[in-house]
Amino acid sequence: MIDEQVLDGLHPMDKLLRADRIPHIWCPGCGIGTVVYSFLSALIKSGLDLDKVAVVSGIGCTGRAAGYINLDSFHTTHGRALPFATGLKLGNPELKVVVFSGDGDLISIGGNHFIHAARRNMDIAVICVNNFTYGMTGGQLGPTTPIRAKTTTSPYGNTEHPFNLPYLAAASGAVYVARWTSLDARRTERAIGEALAKKGFSFVEVIAPCPTLYGNMNKMKTGLDQMRFYEENSVIRHGAEPKDVDITLNGQIIVGKFVDIEKPTYLDLRDNIGSIV
Amino acid sequence: MKYWRRPLDLDKVCLPRAEVRIIEERCKGCNYCVTYCPRNVLVTGEKFNSKGYYPPHVKNQDECASCGLCQMICPEFAIYHIVQRPEVAEQSV
Repeated sequence: MIDEQVLDGLHPMDKLLRADRIPHIWCPGCGIGTVVYSFLSALIKSGLDLDKVAVVSGIGCTGRAAGYINLDSFHTTHGRALPFATGLKLGNPELKVVVFSGDGDLISIGGNHFIHAARRNMDIAVICVNNFTYGMTGGQLGPTTPIRAKTTTSPYGNTEHPFNLPYLAAASGAVYVARWTSLDARRTERAIGEALAKKGFSFVEVIAPCPTLYGNMNKMKTGLDQMRFYEENSVIRHGAEPKDVDITLNGQIIVGKFVDIEKPTYLDLRDNIGSIV
Repeated sequence: MKYWRRPLDLDKVCLPRAEVRIIEERCKGCNYCVTYCPRNVLVTGEKFNSKGYYPPHVKNQDECASCGLCQMICPEFAIYHIVQRPEVAEQSV
């Protein structure tokens, strides 16, 4: 295996990537590529049959991920990654369905789908790359933008309360909730591995830098500035109450595994419909 | 490497070694690998690639302990390491 690598001079992840499309379109310093690496690496380590893994993405910067991953990958309409994934799972319960999308796609446009997929406890692993803004459309204010953060549509600072994604997921019924930053590549990999192994709706939020838009408006002009901010301000607190893990503009980012519980999934309940008392 | 006392199992344990390779045309010059390499193997290069970014340059190849952080953190899939076989690793210690 080592010799093969030496001979072709390819990146070891190229076998799971559509390598002809790399370099990808993400900006220099964008953290989504790191999350894709962590995901692919976790997928290889999980030992799942790769023919039975489907990756579903919505629209947006992170929505491009499905186009770069060389598995059964689907690029769906805006916000509809989760309903598509639900249908996929119902149609073929053998599949391991992973939704890989951004905060704008999953939480704002697809917000209702998100809470209902979590409520039903569909057996889906959701990886949400949170960059606090709508990147592809030009850096507008999103539902995760922290209070006082500047964006192109809030040039004097945001005045809306943002969503606390782990709290939203946990309250809606997710059985696994974790948050990491893209700097914690190895911990992200482990969390995604756990989410893939978990039966039920598992949710991993990964905070990623967006130097071109969000960072640029908020005094962090390069991806490295944002990574340094994560390095200095992220605090690992496993098992923290999800309601206490709000993100503020310059405050601490609490990361870790917040929820890991067992609960019958939608398919379990459907298949045992006669035996439920 | 200097030890304040010689570890008892020094002849059995050897530091893993790896060769770092860079796919220069994929690099977008974010410098994550250069900044976060725990053993300072990489420096920002002086030559730019066809897109005008400055890919890193492997400066201290012998220091690399095969941790793989550069490979994980690179958002561009532009850097990877090849773990050397143990006998090769022993020679370089």
